[in-house]
Amino acid sequence: MSRISQCFANLKADGQTALIPYVTAGDPEPWVTVPLLHALVDAGADVIELGIPFSDPMCDGPVIQKACERALKNDVSIKQVLGMVKKFREKNKETPIVLMGYANPIEAMGYQNFAEMAKDAGVDGVLTVDVPPEESDEFRQIMDDHEIDTIYLVAPTTSAERMETIASFARGFIYYVSIKGVTGAAALDVSEVSQKLAQLREKTDLPLGVGFGIRDGKSAAAVSEIADAVVVGSTLVRCIEEHADKLDELPAAVAGLLAEMRHAINARDLASA
Amino acid sequence: MLEQHIHDYFKNFPDSRGHFGPYGGRFVGETLMGAIYELEQAYQQYRDDPDFLAEMDKDLSTFVGRPSPLYLAENWSQKLGGAQIYLKREDLNHTGAHKVNNTIGQALLAKRMGKNRIIAETGAGQHGVATATVAARLGMECVVYMGAEDVERQAQNVYRMKLLGAKVVPVESGSRTLKDALNEALRDWVTNVDDTFYIIGTVAGPHPYPAMVRDFQSVIGREAKQQVMEKTGKLPDALLACIGGGSNAIGLFYPFIEDESVAMYGVEGAGHGIETGQHSAPLSAGIPGILHGNRTYLMQDENGEIIETHSISAGLDYPGVGPEHAWLKDIGRANYVSVTDDEALAAFHELTRTEGIIPALESSHALAYASKLAPTMSSDQTLVINLSGRGDKDMHTVAAMAGLNF
Repeated sequence: MSRISQCFANLKADGQTALIPYVTAGDPEPWVTVPLLHALVDAGADVIELGIPFSDPMCDGPVIQKACERALKNDVSIKQVLGMVKKFREKNKETPIVLMGYANPIEAMGYQNFAEMAKDAGVDGVLTVDVPPEESDEFRQIMDDHEIDTIYLVAPTTSAERMETIASFARGFIYYVSIKGVTGAAALDVSEVSQKLAQLREKTDLPLGVGFGIRDGKSAAAVSEIADAVVVGSTLVRCIEEHADKLDELPAAVAGLLAEMRHAINARDLASA
Repeated sequence: MLEQHIHDYFKNFPDSRGHFGPYGGRFVGETLMGAIYELEQAYQQYRDDPDFLAEMDKDLSTFVGRPSPLYLAENWSQKLGGAQIYLKREDLNHTGAHKVNNTIGQALLAKRMGKNRIIAETGAGQHGVATATVAARLGMECVVYMGAEDVERQAQNVYRMKLLGAKVVPVESGSRTLKDALNEALRDWVTNVDDTFYIIGTVAGPHPYPAMVRDFQSVIGREAKQQVMEKTGKLPDALLACIGGGSNAIGLFYPFIEDESVAMYGVEGAGHGIETGQHSAPLSAGIPGILHGNRTYLMQDENGEIIETHSISAGLDYPGVGPEHAWLKDIGRANYVSVTDDEALAAFHELTRTEGIIPALESSHALAYASKLAPTMSSDQTLVINLSGRGDKDMHTVAAMAGLNF
């Protein structure tokens, strides 16, 4: 069983919802990332999504765009990101890491080379936002061969037919994009999301994560009501931006924000247990 | 390999998934996939629909002024002392460039799909103006994304778009140029996907855009083929066009692809010189990768990050190129070459003085390469250059090179 599947199985047994923070690797400085990841785990992260910086993040809103720009100012490359994961793994062997990003840096490395290095570093899953299932045959095959889960997105615009295809390709969990828009844009509508998740659950037994539009404990708790995992990104990245010149305070501040969501989700999980 | 691919080229490329060999495809976020399939379906439905084609032809004829003439540049041909040079006069189109051929097609398609909000990206502003023009005429809402740096450089085109009723949004992210405008237009589309039609200005983006924009621009090559046959009684020996994204080039090339005797030259912007790294010539000096919805040659660093480009002409200042050009390069059907800013500028002045035609700086790249190629050919050979736009928009840039400021 993959580290991601194991993680979700454990949480399910405990009646808990997973909390998945996203941060962009190397933002605002390369050395900050590994301590930050440990702080996120301490604050209650179950899985971590680590963003590979890209020059043209066309699915992201301004908050994550700027995070990419800050990381790229320091020339943070995909190989360095893998190095960060490797370093994180020196102290943490349990928390699954999903790399999230765009196709081109992985293309530039070559799928085979990327898969080998990612496996060696301790990466558990990969989500490439601009590679839909119809373009991912070769990539998926190579990731499968290296036991790295390929995570796919489902959106409000995804038809029932596509959901079925995506479900058949997906590994680890499925990421439901709760709004039509870019990351960090609008607030999500829980009842709308709930309907889509119900539809999706008919097609798959994989855990369902929900991201985009979760900003605080309240919205995190509301989503935990209907999803197996709550993904939070732009809110944390905004906090990183605010602490870009107070680096010593940064990990604690971001972790504090995540802990707030953790408490809200736990309270909700307990209430429904 | 060449013969095998050229035989039945029209039937085989792109394939049903929008692939030209390894290039093209649909590399966008899941939220847009539904919209892309919806567009593909609508395009399949209308591309051969007699009413749709009749409406488009009428607009191309009475609104744009097609067919555009094929002009024999006698003075210049004589001066170069080789091939007879014909200019396909896309500069005479309404709005001053070939861009409008495509915006008319896409806007009419948008109308039939019931989408009343149009978005577009623009670099120099030519595609933005061509989009704002058709949106004004069809009574559609129009938002144009333009890199903040280009907004400053191209104030006149910004004002033209505003006069036409479009909203121009300066894009402050990234390098603040065309590629960032494209990113921002994609972000708008994903947010307003239900009522919005994205009119992409070149043969890039996810399938079906590269094939659809090519089809709309192919009117250039179809007319040129007929005109050159009428004038010379034979196919031309060579075709030349400048390449940014590559829409004017594919428009001229496409109807000739299966005519193997016709050589094709796509001319990229070598900027300050390929060796300086400051250029916009991905086919000449880039490597394949994925950007803006398709796999193609890109200007990128070893980590797969897109690098900034340079060209004297804003219309060529783009790090990617249409995927069909990438394929035509790999199979050897078209030649991709480049000329520097200085060479393009010299050709700009040359045509202006010898023929009384002021070309766009983009088109001047094709002219510059023609001035090298024509003398190597004989006087019974013919060469057709796509004069894709007129130079009025470049007065500011050219004057500044001469030390003048308006």
